[in-house]
Parts: sequence; C-alpha cells; structure tokens
Amino acid sequence: MLKKRIIPCLDIQNNRTVKGINFENIRDAGDPIELAQRYVEEGADELVFLDITATLEKRKTLTKLVNRIAAEINIPFTVGGGINSLEDAKAIIGSGADKISINSSAILRPDLISEIANTFGNQCVVLAIDAKFVDNEWMVFRSGGRIATELKAVDWAKIGTELGAGEILLTSMNNDGTKNGFACDITGRVSEAVSVPVIASGGAGSKAHFAEVFTKTKATGALAASVFHFGEIPIPELKQFLETQNIPIRL
Amino acid sequence: MIAILKYNAGNVTSVENAINKLGYSTVITDDNSILESADKVIFPGVGEAGSAMRHLKEKGLDEVIKALKQPVLGICLGMQLMCTYSEEGDTLGLGIFETQVKQFPPKDLVPHTGWNNFTSMKSKLFENIQARNDFYFVHSYYAEICKETIAVTDYILPFSAALKKDNFYATQFHPEKSADVGIQLLKNFLKL
Repeated sequence: MLKKRIIPCLDIQNNRTVKGINFENIRDAGDPIELAQRYVEEGADELVFLDITATLEKRKTLTKLVNRIAAEINIPFTVGGGINSLEDAKAIIGSGADKISINSSAILRPDLISEIANTFGNQCVVLAIDAKFVDNEWMVFRSGGRIATELKAVDWAKIGTELGAGEILLTSMNNDGTKNGFACDITGRVSEAVSVPVIASGGAGSKAHFAEVFTKTKATGALAASVFHFGEIPIPELKQFLETQNIPIRL
Repeated sequence: MIAILKYNAGNVTSVENAINKLGYSTVITDDNSILESADKVIFPGVGEAGSAMRHLKEKGLDEVIKALKQPVLGICLGMQLMCTYSEEGDTLGLGIFETQVKQFPPKDLVPHTGWNNFTSMKSKLFENIQARNDFYFVHSYYAEICKETIAVTDYILPFSAALKKDNFYATQFHPEKSADVGIQLLKNFLKL
C-alpha cells in the first residue's frame, strides 16, 4: 500500500537552514546537510530544500549545495527557490535534485511548467502554491507571500497540473508558523480538484495535526519545518503515532 | 568496474553516488567496449520513453544492451525500455522482457509517487529484504505482470515492481532513493 509521506522542509539562506514565522522573523536552524542527514536517519520520506538567498551568485552556490546534498542523501529531494527558467531547472536537476519546485516564476510565466515537464517529466515538477484566505476566498500569493495575485488557489492548482505539474505543494500562509494545524479546508478542496499528489504545508504543531490532514483530506504528504528542526516532534515518534491511527506510513 | 549507461535520460548522479558509497568504482559511459567489459551494467532512467529510445537507437546502444552477458539492472524508465512496447510515446522497447508498458488508468493519483512495498517471488535480488519494506516509486506508466515478474506492487492495479530474465534484472522503484533497503538491494545486485 502506498504510504503517506512526512516531509521536512529546509529553508536555506546563504548555505544555512533558517526558519521564519508567517514568512518573517527568520532564525538560524543549523547546517542543512547535517540536518538532512539526521532526517534521513530518523525516517523522513522526502526532503524539500527552498533557497531564499537573494544574490546574483545564487545559482552557482545553490548547485554546489545540491551536489553536496545528492552525495549524502539517499531519499528523494526537491529543490526550489528562484528557479526562473528551464536553464535554472537543468542546472539543479543536473546537480542531483530529483524534483524542482516552482512558485512565482510559474505564476509569471505558466509555460515554464510545461517546459520543465516536457524535458524531465511531470514527476519532476512540483508546483508550490502559497495561499492566503482573503475576503472569504483562498487566493494565491507570490514572491514569498508578499504580492497578491488574481488567482484562486483551486483554479491555479488545476491550471498548473494541466500544464504538467506532477505534484502540488500547498502552503497556507494563514497557518504557517502558527502551530495550530494544517489548513484542512483548502488542502481538501485542492486535493479533490486535481489528480496529482498534494503535499499539505503550514501550521503543523502536534502529531494529531498530521493525522488530521491525512484523514480529512486526500493529501498524500505533509510538510513541516520548525517542529522538526527544533526537535518538538521527533519523526520516529510521529510515524509510530500515525501508525496507531491506522494511517499507512513507512516505518 | 560498474558501468552506468549514459543516455539522454535524467539523474544518474544518485545511482553513481550510491554505488560508490558501497565501495565500487563506476564509469558513466555509452562506449560499447566499456559496457561489454564492465562487471555489471546499470541502466538508469528518469525521462520520456520515446525520446530515450530514439537516442539509444541513434547510438546503437539498443543492440549493445540486448547482447550484454553480465548482470544488468534496469531502473524505472530503464526497466520500461527493456520491455517490448511502451504506450509512452508509442515506442517499441528492447524486448528483453515479454511485457508491455501501459499508462495507469486515472482511477487514483498519477504519478504513483511515494513509498510502497511489494510481494516478491524468490530472487537473489531480494535477500535480506522483507515484504513490509517500502521502496520509492515515481511513475505514470507500469509494466504488466508477465512470466518474468519477480515482484508485484498493487497501486490502482497489480503491476510488475521487478522483472528478471537470465542476466537481466529490473526494478520499477528507485533503489538509489530508497534509503537503507534500497542500498541492500543494490548490494545484492552487485554481489551477483
């Protein structure tokens, strides 16, 4: 039976893992490679690395880091953050990443989704969507959540998968960093609307929150950062707990 | 020396890293004589069947692979290209395994993405691996079950998770991305 996936997310800035709250107030959470290795040992099912470094030298430093990750990590990993072109995607995949996550660049130029999917296959393209509940509607935001768009989250997820995205990484900006649980409503709606796997993100604060999102929605993965980085929810404990809740999980 | 087949399909870095970590030296090559003289050959693959097969033919690698005598391991797309036919790109394959590759019907999420287990027939490839062990899969096409099937996974329908014929082995899942159990499987293959 296909298992639900537990996915630690490492936000990278200048080669360090960092973590913000509601997309702000960034604090240091250690060396990404060491942290990633710990997660593999603990039984993480996949890893996501999001590079939030904003420099011109970025691509070069990122490909170097991806190389190091690929040499140390024997589970699948996704890399995102500032991938604006097929050339960027080629550099990251060529350095050993399994998947590319794109967000703002896909909103600004949706054809980028198809270009990467046609080159590397749909399974390589993760469409990351940052959604915020505004005026009774879940709307898509871009540029690290700073800029509102006209897109509704469910519509954008559908468009993205039609263009070739093989997976949706859905982050609720309202829930992110709050530790009050995942946004099950929008995660449920998006995962019903598309026929590709959906990863829920934003708001994990307890083991029960993971069980909730897996039982209330069709999400097949759940992503979190700070609860893992700072040891609040050890992954082995989380997985044992999910198994007692009859959720299919890899132990 | 373990030869990893070089063709236009994606990510071979992780296969190379995994084999190197087990203490074997590797070469990524499309050179006939190196492929023929290697101790083992790995036929990896992430990509699209039609364009990958055209590339193999242009380089004459289709005939080279079929004629290999040492243990060969096809992974994911590599495995699918070793079958007779793939619906992806309406492509004839190498015909090593007598089975066809079809697209998953859209009854559940596709691609089949994530960790899944299999029931296996006995094979040296699965030594020290239990039925409850999960491996990492990511694919939208599957090989139908046939007499060469040595492992079956059920997702949407039962399909070939692994195949074997003579010196040819193949897995739909990615051992190089399957943590410790994947390493065990690669170890088993390298010991053949």
